[in-house]
Amino acid sequence: MDAALPNPIRPAFATSERGMIVNIGPSHPATHGTIQIVTELEGERVVRADVHCGYLHRGFEKECESHTWHNLIPYVDRLNYCSGLSNNFAYCEAVETLMGIEITPRCRYLRTLLLEYSRIADHLTSVGAAFMELGAMTAFLYMMTLRDYIYEHLANLTGARLTYSYGRIGGLAKDLPDGWLERLDEILVQYDDFVGRCHKLMDRNRIFIDRMRDVGTITAEQAVNWGFTGPILRSTGVPRDLRRDTPYLAYPELDFDIPVGIKGDNYDRYFVRMREMDESVHMIRQLMDRLPPGPVTVDDRRCVLPDKQLVYSEIESLINHFKLIIDGPQVPAGEVYTAQESPNGELGFYLVSSGAGVPWKVHVRAPSFVHMGGMHLMLEGNQLADIIPSFGSVNMVGGECDR
Amino acid sequence: MTAGVFDALTERLAAEGRQPRLSHGILVVDVPREALLATVATLKSDFQFDMFLDVTAVDWPDREPRFDVVYHFYSTQHFARVRVKTQVGVTDPAVDSLTGLFGAARFMERECHEMYGIAFRGNDDLRPILLYEGFEGHPLRKDYPKTREQPLVPYRK
Repeated sequence: MDAALPNPIRPAFATSERGMIVNIGPSHPATHGTIQIVTELEGERVVRADVHCGYLHRGFEKECESHTWHNLIPYVDRLNYCSGLSNNFAYCEAVETLMGIEITPRCRYLRTLLLEYSRIADHLTSVGAAFMELGAMTAFLYMMTLRDYIYEHLANLTGARLTYSYGRIGGLAKDLPDGWLERLDEILVQYDDFVGRCHKLMDRNRIFIDRMRDVGTITAEQAVNWGFTGPILRSTGVPRDLRRDTPYLAYPELDFDIPVGIKGDNYDRYFVRMREMDESVHMIRQLMDRLPPGPVTVDDRRCVLPDKQLVYSEIESLINHFKLIIDGPQVPAGEVYTAQESPNGELGFYLVSSGAGVPWKVHVRAPSFVHMGGMHLMLEGNQLADIIPSFGSVNMVGGECDR
Repeated sequence: MTAGVFDALTERLAAEGRQPRLSHGILVVDVPREALLATVATLKSDFQFDMFLDVTAVDWPDREPRFDVVYHFYSTQHFARVRVKTQVGVTDPAVDSLTGLFGAARFMERECHEMYGIAFRGNDDLRPILLYEGFEGHPLRKDYPKTREQPLVPYRK
């Protein structure tokens, strides 16, 4: 390293009496995500680990303070970019709570459906990447094929593969296009095929089990104490799921199970994610059957743009449109914290409004960031090579972790 | 389920001179910073608020004391959330660290420390986490200009 370049981090330990210090990352071919782990090794065993994130920090929260409430929607897409819709809807729900808006039944069902659809895409990415890092290229490609069907399908709906910007305060950008649900049905059939093949390839695979079973174990007490949520917490046997515990959207009307693990190791995390995808498919089928008709956006002039035809023909709508674009929706002063069960865990938005069209403060309770705080528990005591599957099973997403 | 624990909690906190209120389904309680640690310990031990969700600060430059330090807690048994707020001034922006009660506080206090300059007494690891060593100022304070740049490695000419 060039001596003139300063080190961006100060490791918690720089010398080792028993072994040696090995630095992994921030850009390492075997990890996905830009993260730096400083480890103290004794032989090949990790004695201490110091996890550093922030290499993808781009001042999200600062930037939010100078844009209108609506303009933030494309920004929040870029938090967890494996499932942009979950950020969209979590943010919209927080603003709607602050404004006292109740969304329409069709919007409620569509959001739920798309959240579960995103959850499948996110878990496919996370599990598939974990496969790949262990050398299981075939299973990875099955997962990615299926994920690409989903991305293309969502692109048909929203116009983008990754950063959808599809949520709106008070509803959705638009209703489903013709034939969208029929294609969804086809993909769900493909899902059984592709995921079934992965189950056959991996579940009882000796190499896979040796790398995953009893590796990266955490207990339920540790997980709660260190703020773990989502599949990681459930893998320890705690059936905590916001979809059931603090019902929102259409979840109270759906039938679904909450899969939990037994001992909180990598294999349990793998299996919890696989089972959760099955539950998501089950939920999507129910939602497709019961999808109510009606508008997808509320009729509320404080936040929803008026019909284009009216903007061109009457002065009130023209002014309304202008004020919403230039000043932004006027959100009443106050503060709110709402959270949804995103694919990674509790995704919370803490918003403070001073009553203007621009937020006073936007804070994201990002599950990945909190998980990195307790990551060392999963690494210490294991082998150096175990860092790769353990880190893969956490599904840290840089955009969300570093904001 | 939520209502029961909120009633019991309101009663207990009112006995200590606080005025908890309900806001969008979350019980909000303001405490002076001296009482923060004791209040949170009560929440954890007597009311099963066992999960530390979040800590952040809100900057009100024209107000004295200037910062709100805002905590969120969750109970995995009652499925309820509590927000605890305390105020600190700009001259001595220090609160007690909650790392003794919750492991999760460690990382999140580090973030709050670098972004707002809040000192968490008792957290022995307040190194920068999202920013880098040697970063000057606290970027989420309102008086930090958004356009200010301080690259660690100079831009290429």
